[in-house]
Amino acid sequence: MRNCVWCHEEIHAALHWKNVFVPEQKQCLCDSCENNLKKTGHEICVTCSKTSLTKQCFDCERWQKKYKNQDPLVKNISVFEYNHFIKEIVTKWKYRGDYEMGFAFQSVFKQTFQTNFKKMSSSPDIVPIPLSAERIQHRAFNQAEMLAGFLTRDIKQYFIRTQGEKQSKRNRKERLASANPFILRQTVNNPVVLVDDIYTTGRTLRHAAELLRKAGCPYVYAYTLIRG
Amino acid sequence: MNKLNWIKAIYNQFFQLFRKGKEEISRSPFSDPPAPSAMHLSTETWIKQYEGKLLLRQEIDLPESIFQHYTKLQYFHAVPSIMKKFFSIQCRRCFNQDKAHFSVLPCKRCQKSHLYCRHCIEMGRVLDCEPLYEWKGPAYVWPEHKTPCSWQGHLTNAQKKAAQKIALAIEKQRKLLVWAVTGSGKTEMLFSGIEQALQAGKRICIASPRADVVRELVPRVQAAFLNVSVQGLHANSRDKTGTAQLIIATTHQLYRYYNAFDVLIIDEIDAFPYHADDTLKKAADRAGRTHHRAVIYLTATPRDKQKWQMFNKTLPYTFVPTRYHGAPLVIPQWKMQPSLVKKISKDMVPPFMSQWFLNRPPHRQVLLFIPTLSLLSISFSVFKAFLLKEKIITSADQIAQVHAQDASREEKIEAFRRREITVLLTTTILERGVTFPSIDVLVLDSSHPVFDEAALTQIAGRAGRSASDPKGQVLFFYQTKTKAMVRTNQSIREMNRLQKLLLQKGEL
Repeated sequence: MRNCVWCHEEIHAALHWKNVFVPEQKQCLCDSCENNLKKTGHEICVTCSKTSLTKQCFDCERWQKKYKNQDPLVKNISVFEYNHFIKEIVTKWKYRGDYEMGFAFQSVFKQTFQTNFKKMSSSPDIVPIPLSAERIQHRAFNQAEMLAGFLTRDIKQYFIRTQGEKQSKRNRKERLASANPFILRQTVNNPVVLVDDIYTTGRTLRHAAELLRKAGCPYVYAYTLIRG
Repeated sequence: MNKLNWIKAIYNQFFQLFRKGKEEISRSPFSDPPAPSAMHLSTETWIKQYEGKLLLRQEIDLPESIFQHYTKLQYFHAVPSIMKKFFSIQCRRCFNQDKAHFSVLPCKRCQKSHLYCRHCIEMGRVLDCEPLYEWKGPAYVWPEHKTPCSWQGHLTNAQKKAAQKIALAIEKQRKLLVWAVTGSGKTEMLFSGIEQALQAGKRICIASPRADVVRELVPRVQAAFLNVSVQGLHANSRDKTGTAQLIIATTHQLYRYYNAFDVLIIDEIDAFPYHADDTLKKAADRAGRTHHRAVIYLTATPRDKQKWQMFNKTLPYTFVPTRYHGAPLVIPQWKMQPSLVKKISKDMVPPFMSQWFLNRPPHRQVLLFIPTLSLLSISFSVFKAFLLKEKIITSADQIAQVHAQDASREEKIEAFRRREITVLLTTTILERGVTFPSIDVLVLDSSHPVFDEAALTQIAGRAGRSASDPKGQVLFFYQTKTKAMVRTNQSIREMNRLQKLLLQKGEL
């Protein structure tokens, strides 16, 4: 018998024909907690998955303007919308350092990836956004790497992160003005899917995408857990 | 002969192994001798932050070079954070032994997988590769106050008697259980003992399982001891340094402390989660000084274990059977209401309840206890519609609901205290530790298993707490009679009988 990683209630798996012969994948969140998570809907921006009534949201228009229609990031796909509940889960997972919490997203993160990226012609490289050495020293694990690990065993570490100031402590203006913290290690020829936990302004992911495009990567996609 | 030697060798080896294992266990990391003294440090105030605690490196707010210097001097002593004995594991900080509350983390620093404790993760992660630090340097000398207590009230005879016993137990560093009925003025009884301890330069902690109790105690205690540093610690408190001489904390906060307090006062020992959680008991025990400490337990409704200890004479106790205003405890009235929960879920106010509301004494507020969260939200809308229809309340602001996850819970309780809210619906969070002057108490479905004897006695104790209105009403609306309800009424009657007896003897 398993307990919910968030509320510690026992999880009662219902018995049906699907799991009589083949055991189901272990469930980490109980049903009531899982219902509090909100998946991204259908009325979203095609580029960044933000809930918007127009085809492209205001944020993405600004990015297009800034890059003069040469946006390095083709598309971002997020699994969940930002709400209070997921904020608390992520706080516990990232800032308290509760590694086990991350497994709550395992199956849904994998599933959404398969539905969205299976049509790609060649299999892409999965590249997690790295943490700075300082942050690793403090946190002992990289949450983006954990998420990437759910998708593939062959994770590509193309980047090194130099400075480690927290993006979450800054406002939008400061974030957009921040310098590129990444250094690329090698040239890249395959399409790349960048994996991160949260897309807020898109600054970090575009910093990484810029470098990849310059190094010869044909397409850069982003796959994130949450659209902030 | 050869064979015998061989067996001997194996036996010796096995025996040595066994002894080695045993030694490792018995060698407690706390028993190391203290580091050489450096008296100039003992007056430095920053020591207060680290002394008497078990801390993670991230909780020690010193630059790395200074920290290294003190670790070299053995002032910060590192102890392994997760203890492994044969087949069991235990978190050093929170005493958690349940394997379901441990998890494994692949550490990127050491390229290894480590255990970490999920039980106390809200206080910062205890990871196997990070030790906990305790201060073994010179101890901070707490000031001796000459006249710390500025409380001007006076105690009743029964209170005085208990206060003397408490003061004696604190002086002689003993254990004492104070069994005092609800509304007997437990906090005021403590003041003389605390005063005495402060005069001797001791450090004191008042711990309670409930954060609401902590919030209510802090201003009262600070008002009584104006010149003493008082801090309230709970999960949402602003100041978390814990550097005061007199600390009021939830029992969970005691996980951080080790060998810190000369006097430990644990309020409401029968309350959830303290009474059911062994780790909290161990943590409270460790927070007191290892050898010389006074421990005062306070309760209004001792559990069977404490009753047995009192009967057995293994725990000295003192008994206060009367309230501070001298009036007897309110005895709950029972009202049977068949299919009570069903009626509420069908948007009906049960007839006995509506009858009571129509004839209720208008000068009192109403506190309505509801067993579960789901029932709370249903009955809130039902009662709101009913009370507005019958014009018992004039606006929708006069009825409110509180529960543990409610963000504005403190404000609502405060508004109820200011008499802005007339009817307050609550789960069991308000069963103890809170005082409202003039209220009637109703319990909806008192046959629900969350209302055990202790809970019901405490709930009944919310009524009639002020001297100006000692006669509130307590009503249990029930579907089936339970043992807890019977025993509640029995114990309240017994208290009243004892009070009467003592009154006749002239001891009160």
